[in-house]
Amino acid sequence: MTQKYEPVIGLEIHGELLTNSKMFCGCSADYGSAPEPNINICPTCTGLPGAMPVVNKKATELAALVGLALNCSINKHNTFARKNYYYPDLPKGYQISQYELPIAEKGWMDVNAGDENQLKVRVRRVHIEEDTAKLSHEKNYALVDFNRAGVPLLEIVSEPDMRTVEAALDYATKVRAILRYLGVNSGDMEKGVLRFEANISVRPVGSDELRTRTEIKNLNSFRALTRASQYEIERQIKIYEDGGSVLQETLGWDDVRGVTISQRGKEDAHDYRYFPEPDLPPLQLSDAWIDSIRNQLPELPEAKTARFISDFDLKRSEAQFLTSEKSLADYFESVLSKSKSPAKAVHSWIAGELMRYLNESNLSIDDLTLSPESFAKLIDMTTEKVISGNSAKVVFNEMVKSGSDPEQIVKEKNLAQVSDEGFILETVTKILNDNPKEVESYLAGKDTLLQWFMGQIARTTKGKADPNIAKELLLKGLEERKK
Amino acid sequence: MQLTNLTIQEASELLKTKKISSVELTKETLKRIHDVDKKVKSYVTVTDDLALKQAKQADERIAKGENITPLTGIPFAMKDCISTRDVKTTCSSKILENYVPQYNATVTNKLADAGAVLVGKTNMDEFGMGSSCENSAFFNTHNPWNLNHVPGGSSGGSAAAMSASLATFTIGEDTGGSVRMPAGFCNVTGIKPTYGRVSRYGLISLVSSFDCIGPMTRDAYDCATVLEAIAGHDEKDSTTYNSAVPNYTKNINKSVKGMKLGIPKEYFVAGMEAGVESSIQEAIRTYEKLGMEIHEVSLPTTQYGLPVYYLLLFAEASSNLARFDGTRFGLSKSENAKDVIDIYLQTRREGFGDEVKRRIMLGAYALSAGYYDAYYLKAQKVRTLLRRDFETAFSKVDILLAPTCPTTAFKLGEKTSDPLEMYLSDIYVVATNPAGVPAMALPCGFSNDMPVGMQLIGKHLDEQTIFQVGHAYQQVTDWHKQLPLI
Repeated sequence: MTQKYEPVIGLEIHGELLTNSKMFCGCSADYGSAPEPNINICPTCTGLPGAMPVVNKKATELAALVGLALNCSINKHNTFARKNYYYPDLPKGYQISQYELPIAEKGWMDVNAGDENQLKVRVRRVHIEEDTAKLSHEKNYALVDFNRAGVPLLEIVSEPDMRTVEAALDYATKVRAILRYLGVNSGDMEKGVLRFEANISVRPVGSDELRTRTEIKNLNSFRALTRASQYEIERQIKIYEDGGSVLQETLGWDDVRGVTISQRGKEDAHDYRYFPEPDLPPLQLSDAWIDSIRNQLPELPEAKTARFISDFDLKRSEAQFLTSEKSLADYFESVLSKSKSPAKAVHSWIAGELMRYLNESNLSIDDLTLSPESFAKLIDMTTEKVISGNSAKVVFNEMVKSGSDPEQIVKEKNLAQVSDEGFILETVTKILNDNPKEVESYLAGKDTLLQWFMGQIARTTKGKADPNIAKELLLKGLEERKK
Repeated sequence: MQLTNLTIQEASELLKTKKISSVELTKETLKRIHDVDKKVKSYVTVTDDLALKQAKQADERIAKGENITPLTGIPFAMKDCISTRDVKTTCSSKILENYVPQYNATVTNKLADAGAVLVGKTNMDEFGMGSSCENSAFFNTHNPWNLNHVPGGSSGGSAAAMSASLATFTIGEDTGGSVRMPAGFCNVTGIKPTYGRVSRYGLISLVSSFDCIGPMTRDAYDCATVLEAIAGHDEKDSTTYNSAVPNYTKNINKSVKGMKLGIPKEYFVAGMEAGVESSIQEAIRTYEKLGMEIHEVSLPTTQYGLPVYYLLLFAEASSNLARFDGTRFGLSKSENAKDVIDIYLQTRREGFGDEVKRRIMLGAYALSAGYYDAYYLKAQKVRTLLRRDFETAFSKVDILLAPTCPTTAFKLGEKTSDPLEMYLSDIYVVATNPAGVPAMALPCGFSNDMPVGMQLIGKHLDEQTIFQVGHAYQQVTDWHKQLPLI
């Protein structure tokens, strides 16, 4: 990207709300585990004549919870509206949504702007709506499954406050983390429970005009969001460089070819003919109700990060890693509370060995069976030098496999670290005597051989020798041979 | 004794004392339908088998003395826009000609629970769009008082069936006078309750914010009896009131002496049929004799009632009718369809009548970007003024009296060529729906041998006073007892 232009990015995030029943009827919202199509349906969610919607109380609570977590103000009087358009996945011919008065608006989020700076991204609104049915397109026809029709959705709309793709990505990541922290959405992008829409325009750096924007719909991964945004920014810059002008249009993203594709232009834009939903009275929320929702707010990633930095003396990047998932942060705190080791040591074990193991075995932190007690014990054994770092890795691998107690494993495998100077000196002396050539080279100035000698010691002792004592004795032995 | 001419109150007494059985009464009713309705054509569907089954169950209930309500064993007919499980519900539209609901409307369930006997579904203007029943996609219904005349609309079938004694009571639906206007034309009593008093769940919506299901009966007492059975909060309809339903018949005999009757001056304008005006004036004098204080009041926004009503109707109806797309139920036309839009277009082109199409187009236009503020939003603001008119009037009087229509029933075909002329026949009945207040139509005389109707308009949720005032009138007059010779 040339320095002459900057992008202006706004995001819409659509997320399903984890409720038992649908937004406007009592049917199960769990379409994912429905054994066959069209079984979680009723007159309301299939739009039969005369059927009426009733608001899902739980969905309202979850939506308010998200609004508060995004620092929004809650509209005590908020209304539903009809968004009218025809499509076979929309049984009533309109979607019940919120338009003029959404449940929450005017919030903000701190995001990393791609450099050291924090950026305040304004959240324009958070509103409730209903999902559509699922279409399967066959050769000459399409099939409709209404199990998903009417599942509650939340739409979170930002202001166009982001100026880099990194900021947009960080905003999206943080919103997803918050939704997961609140337990309102699984964040499982592969299952389509969260989708992004990016509104993008570019303008000369230093300008504050808002130029014609395009809207990329249905981005269903962070990777797609990143690639599509980058592509679209470059596409628009090229148009301006060539003296052209950007058309206002709705775009799709072709993930295979890596290009955005025009879906419809401004002249074909839908006129949704919004008007207040006459089948539902406005939602009237009391201060007491809003307070009770506020009291349900857990500690959110940003606050947790700040606490980890101040309480545990962690670096910002370390704390942000640990708080990226609530279960990870919980696990960290649980291990730390059972351990005598410093937080830094616990962090590096989690970020290192534990993550390596989870990634390799394709598991998530929620699948982990390793108890915080055992893990804490293992970490303490290394910080107290009962075992060496290398042995600890062996023990760790054994623990996650068998679930055995680390002390037991150390005993069985005879891995306890030896701090007995006599024993270590014996080993050091033997290695120096057996390798006169290397001793000579070292004394001639080849310092890097020191590491090689340490390796020999580790191998001979199977990693049990305390590396600090070993190093001390090794240097002493080499010094003596100088003479 | 002709069983079909009995009121609910009379029939119920005979049933409870086992002087007649519900099967007897139901058979009589069905027989009369098969004899007489060839001329009146008020029924779209007659449910002989279901009716006899329900009548038998009612008789068993009475025999056991269990759970007997004033409606147990009473035959009734229902406007064909209210869902009845396993019984066709057509809205008198081709698009629903063979539609059989999978579920019951709340009102259908309530009446079944009370032990009432459904004898059939009645004709209407397609989706409730019309004032004469001539917009039915199937056939015209005739006014039992003169078969060359319309019964009014849109609940013309329910009014005509009640008038011709083809049911002991009927259920209508009033979006902008659709119960009251035909009640007036056919000499029956019918109420549009307060908006939200009766559940709309299962009622095929015309205008969600106006639609009110209401009974049509021989007199005010029966009307109170049926409303009591069908009213109340419904967790499936969020727009229903939570407040308890009063026992309307208990206090219906209370004297009206000293109560204040308001006469809205805007409802008495040039162009009213002379016989209608004189009947109304006579009714006012009757109330004066009953000891009521008569006050002239003003509802200054009245002249905007009709445009506000129609604008909001077009807008909401255009959206409510979107679901009729040929993909899940009802008519579906897909011959040589290129794509799904083609299916929509073919289905709706064939399935909807002209008046329905006209209103959908006008509604979609009024809601369009750039026009919303000028039409829909403006109409909503005037709607608030209409409501305030009534609030102001009710700060001075207890109840209002007005005609239901400037004329008596007009001839079939007389107004079909001019939709605007047809819209004007609703001028006295439409304002109450945007305002949400209850109003009951009742017979008050004849003009040129055709019935004249008046309406009593009450405060929000004050159906009690309407019944009381209506009943008092029917105690000293016998217009409501006049039956057509058919």
